[in-house]
Amino acid sequence: MRAFSLERASDPQQAAKSAASHENSKFIAGGTNLIDLMKLEIETPTHLVDVTQLGLDKIEETDEGGLRIGTLVSNTDLAADDRVRRDYPVLTRALVAGATGQLRNKATTGGNFLQRTRCPYFYDTNMPCNKRNPGSGCAAIGGYSRQLAVIGGSDHCIATHPSDMAVAMRVLDAELETVDPDGKTRSIAVDDLYRLPGDTPEKETNLKPGEVITAVTLPKPVGGKQIYYKVRDRSSYAFALVSVAAIVQPDGTGRVALGGVAPKPWRDEEAEKALPQGAGAVMDTLLADANPTDDNEFKVPLAKRTLAAVLQEAGN
Amino acid sequence: MSKEKMFEINRRDLMIVGAATAASTGLPATAYAEATPEAVVKPDDLASLDDTLKSTVSFTVNGEKHELSVDNRTTLLDALRERMQLTGTKKGCDHGQCGACTITVNGRRINSCLTLAALHDGDEIVTIEGLGQPDNLHPMQAAFIEHDGYQCGYCTPGQICSAKETLEEIKAGIPSNVTKDLSGPIEATDDEIRERMSGNICRCGAYSNILAAINDVKGQNA
Amino acid sequence: MRFDKPAGDSVLADTKVIGKPVHRVDGPLKTTGTAPYAYERHDVAANQLVGWPVGAAIAKGKLKSVGTKKAEAAPGVVAVLTTLQFDRLPLSQWNTANLFGGDQIEHYHQAVALVVAETLETARAGAAMLEFDYAPDTEASFDLSKTAPTGDEQPLSDVGNFEKAYADAPVTIDVNYTTPAESHAMMEPHASIAAWDGDEVTLWTSNQMIQWDKMALATTLKTTPDKVRIDSPYIGGGFGSKLFLRADAVLAALGAKRTGKPVKVQLPRPMIFNNTTHRGLTEQHLKIGATQDGKIVAISHENKSNALPGGSSEKAPAPTQHFYATDNLYCINRTAEMHLPESNAMRAPGEASGLMALEAAMDELAEKLDMDPVELRIMNDAKVDPSNPNKTFSRRHFVECLRTGADRFGWSKRNRKPGDTREGAWLIGHGVAGAYRGAPAQASGAEVAIRPDGGVVVRTDMTDIGTGSYTILAQTAAEMLGVPVERVRVELGDSRYPVSSGSGGQFGAVSSTAGVYAACVALRKKIADELGKKHDDLTFADGAVHAGGSTTELKKLTRGGRELSAIDTMHFGDFRSEKYVVSTFGAHFIEARVHSLTGEVRLNRMLAVCDAGRILNPITARSQVIGAMTMGAGAALLEEMAVDHDRGFFVNHDLAGYEVPVHLDIPHQEVVFLDVLDPVSTPLKAKGVGELGICGVAAAIANAVNNATGIRVRDYPITLDKIVGKLPTI
Ligand SMILES: Cc1cc2nc3c(=O)[nH]c(=O)nc-3n(C[C@H](O)[C@H](O)[C@H](O)COP(=O)(O)OP(=O)(O)OC[C@H]3O[C@@H](n4cnc5c(N)ncnc54)[C@H](O)[C@@H]3O)c2cc1C
Ligand code: SF4
Repeated sequence: MRAFSLERASDPQQAAKSAASHENSKFIAGGTNLIDLMKLEIETPTHLVDVTQLGLDKIEETDEGGLRIGTLVSNTDLAADDRVRRDYPVLTRALVAGATGQLRNKATTGGNFLQRTRCPYFYDTNMPCNKRNPGSGCAAIGGYSRQLAVIGGSDHCIATHPSDMAVAMRVLDAELETVDPDGKTRSIAVDDLYRLPGDTPEKETNLKPGEVITAVTLPKPVGGKQIYYKVRDRSSYAFALVSVAAIVQPDGTGRVALGGVAPKPWRDEEAEKALPQGAGAVMDTLLADANPTDDNEFKVPLAKRTLAAVLQEAGN
Repeated sequence: MSKEKMFEINRRDLMIVGAATAASTGLPATAYAEATPEAVVKPDDLASLDDTLKSTVSFTVNGEKHELSVDNRTTLLDALRERMQLTGTKKGCDHGQCGACTITVNGRRINSCLTLAALHDGDEIVTIEGLGQPDNLHPMQAAFIEHDGYQCGYCTPGQICSAKETLEEIKAGIPSNVTKDLSGPIEATDDEIRERMSGNICRCGAYSNILAAINDVKGQNA
Repeated sequence: MRFDKPAGDSVLADTKVIGKPVHRVDGPLKTTGTAPYAYERHDVAANQLVGWPVGAAIAKGKLKSVGTKKAEAAPGVVAVLTTLQFDRLPLSQWNTANLFGGDQIEHYHQAVALVVAETLETARAGAAMLEFDYAPDTEASFDLSKTAPTGDEQPLSDVGNFEKAYADAPVTIDVNYTTPAESHAMMEPHASIAAWDGDEVTLWTSNQMIQWDKMALATTLKTTPDKVRIDSPYIGGGFGSKLFLRADAVLAALGAKRTGKPVKVQLPRPMIFNNTTHRGLTEQHLKIGATQDGKIVAISHENKSNALPGGSSEKAPAPTQHFYATDNLYCINRTAEMHLPESNAMRAPGEASGLMALEAAMDELAEKLDMDPVELRIMNDAKVDPSNPNKTFSRRHFVECLRTGADRFGWSKRNRKPGDTREGAWLIGHGVAGAYRGAPAQASGAEVAIRPDGGVVVRTDMTDIGTGSYTILAQTAAEMLGVPVERVRVELGDSRYPVSSGSGGQFGAVSSTAGVYAACVALRKKIADELGKKHDDLTFADGAVHAGGSTTELKKLTRGGRELSAIDTMHFGDFRSEKYVVSTFGAHFIEARVHSLTGEVRLNRMLAVCDAGRILNPITARSQVIGAMTMGAGAALLEEMAVDHDRGFFVNHDLAGYEVPVHLDIPHQEVVFLDVLDPVSTPLKAKGVGELGICGVAAAIANAVNNATGIRVRDYPITLDKIVGKLPTI
């Protein structure tokens, strides 16, 4: 881990400014991803801006009848919030499917969105990896790629985004609120937050330098049966091989987003129109462009079957 | 059991403060005693680090107030183990992947390896040393002995800290991945306990016995 | 003392302490975080520096240069050691892969540098500043399926005429199984603190085999064993990974020598998987021939497994040599020399992997015969050693294990038709497997002394790796000297103490208790001499010696504040192996469920029945078995070190990537110990149990999965990707 200076920001714009004015800076929230990566010299900031004292740790109701979740609300508190449990249960389910009790106590909402891939080659600095070291190549393509993306990747990178929470946020049409160094705020839909790797896999989000996440808003509740099904080898404390976040309405229509298969939560509003026709119909469109490796081709049928399991559960 | 071979340090005497008043008692003559204040409080390299690269932080550990000047890079785990010599908290992986370093901060269990000591100003920290001592065991520690909830012992402090918080979290109604009904109170079923303890790996595989220990304490509390 | 013939009936017939459920004597320390493990021994040496090791970035080739300037100038850095500054360090008989020194890279993450600094933070930062220039060697072999064996192997067993008997057999199976590389993944990383005093070095370390470690370190440091002291009182798990000298110890010693100060080194977790040893991969080919009614007439078990050149591989056919009766048996293990890290012993080496194949193949045979798999095993129970019909088993209660287990488990209610039992979305299956593990014993010594206060102290270089050595040795001395367990202090893991068996190969408990027994007998004889009595006339009880009406308190036997002490070593005579096969047996029963859509496999319950002689302490023995069952569940369902066939390393080299079982993976577990003694094994009539527990578990799970789904996965681990495509379509 490189030596770094540490600054405790007291308001979001100041945090953004400070981050923007240091060449090699990072925000630190829960630290559960950043410190892991810093120990391995995958992240090498020389200035850290601590955003934990910004007071952004509340969950409030919005005028639109939704919820506004401060970026510092911990994964535990978000999952346990009565309103979330009642109106957005898929979010609670996704959160508690991720990591562990200890990690969720520390992990924050904003940090969870911005956690980086668990690609094993990304994690080993001896290996070529375009995401970590642009232009060095991708060891995962042709290497061990069981965990990695079957869709949305490129010839440069096939990493998946590991977050469970983000998949539920995507299916709930959540939006992020940010502040930039000039004090300008904007809101960004989850789908617009993440970029596909293309030939610049190191650029993972559309956030601008210094732009700080302040909150996430959830629109008015949409009801329906809300299910998060996470498939993994180990029954707990493991990242998803495939996960399905779904909201199924009584008439059979609904929404579906996938985790574990792509560089970002994978959802296609067109594809999910086929939900009343069943899992196969949705997946045939949603994963039509899948381009898996030998190691991970099982994810394509698995995604379909997992959605089938979700629909079965929703049906009873 | 060899008493001589135990490092019997009186934790309450091990105050880590700026002045060289820290002293430990009960150390064998050949050990660290003289060197402790110097070596613990002010490693040479801290002096060589730019002021912007270190921080002064004060927090309480097991009820005792501590003030510490730390390299910004120091994790809370290393501050405990290396600086304060509270070695009950274990380092199994240093990357949040095993749970051996579990402690509680402000009443919540966390992995102390993935947080910086410098970010814990004003916090209340409880480690295994704060739960109980060999002659004054916490009920969870006693239950682990009774049910043989360990073998090599290395994950054990983390398991015990987690076990205690697991029961608290269930009581507080915090849901888990196996909670069936999100709207009602949560029952401390075997699966609830297993799921919540899944962040603490025990390679010796004492899980069944750990479950028995936790159920025992659960019964005592009921 | 020599153990030259089976123990008589009267030896330890009615025990008061041995065999009783005594709680771990080290429990209060372990549960309060006060048991001192290697890396945290701040008390043993002042002014410790921290060493951060660096592993090679390539699997094979040459290290051309290391740029050290930046690191040397970094704050806090005291010294930089690189492998190029040393000649290749000599290795003892126990090591294969280079530990340090020289420019040759033999496997990924081989230690190539150590940065010693004032603090962990500065050492780690310094390590990242080193600049390495490698010349990789492309002539390397990383893919077992593409690597031919060396070709000079002799069969392990070759009895009768396998080829003919198999060709004539009316019912045959011919199946291939593979098992992946596995990592011990003990919770405490390898760690050592080293300090020099003149030309003598002390290592506070974490090692299972103190004497081997001492000898090996002396060889590697080019000194003599008398200059080396090893101390390892608490070991945070080993499972074979800490049997041998490893880089942490060598680097700590070299770093301490260089800096003139104590240096401590812990292997970073992501370095352990490739730097240290692993259980080798196997490709197993099993052919079994049987009569229509299920009598086995021919077995062939061939295996290929990886090793570094000159190293040893995973001897998977080992259990088949002795398990089932057959007149025609062929077992061979072939080693493929490869350039993956060093393969070496992990819990039940050979047997654990071999039974993953053999016991699943037995299930396949039962299916083919349309026989109950429990009955098939019972029918083919061996009465004499199939590899050497002149030898018998010292004790063998395999059939009883199967029958007891079947009874407890409710086996008779099992639905034999695969894929036919459902609970909601889950398919339910039941599986059984047999367990076999040799029960070796090794010479083991101890000192036992009466202290001036009448308490007893046991000293031996034996280790407790979670196995319960502290407790069972205290029990042994308490039994022999008639004192309560609380009055016995046990000191372990110090090379200044008498040489013991150490902990490995499930010989630790039986050997070290026999060693303490021998030392106690020696002490009793000494006491008899002091009292002028005959040894046989003495009884030890209630903290005193009783002989012919007179009673002497133990503390009265000591003089001048000194201990009354005796040292002895138990040596095991050849009769054990010449006349007998001394082994342990067991049966595992599993209920598993498989999700009918996703293929996820989860366990509902596990049962083990063990035949392991006298159980020295049912609490610690049970813990060994449930722990081994847990590790077996990992082997069945989760554990695989994935090989990158181009780059030649284990890719998933951390505890997030290499998945071992977590709490929620493990269901209710039940363990039954048969109440049996084995007088051929040791005077305590005990046999090891810690490795028996893992043997057969994975196959029982595989068989349960097959029963649940009708799908037979022959490539471990049984992950859902191997199932999901074969489940009924939706
Ligand atoms: C062993 C292990 C297992 C895990 N398993 C799972 C799992 O199964 N599922 C899952 O979803 N997650 C899992 N996680 C990941 C965990 O959820 C994330 O580490 C966590 O959510 C990150 O949150 P944090 O607050 O700690 O982020 P930090 O580590 O503090 O930050 C992460 C990133 O977000 C940036 N950031 C943080 N806050 C802001 C802000 N307000 N504005 C702008 N940028 C910001 C930081 O600069 C950094 O780049 C696991 C983690 C570990 C270590
Ligand atoms: S998949 Fe992406 S993250 Fe993984 S090695 Fe390739 S470029 Fe790096």
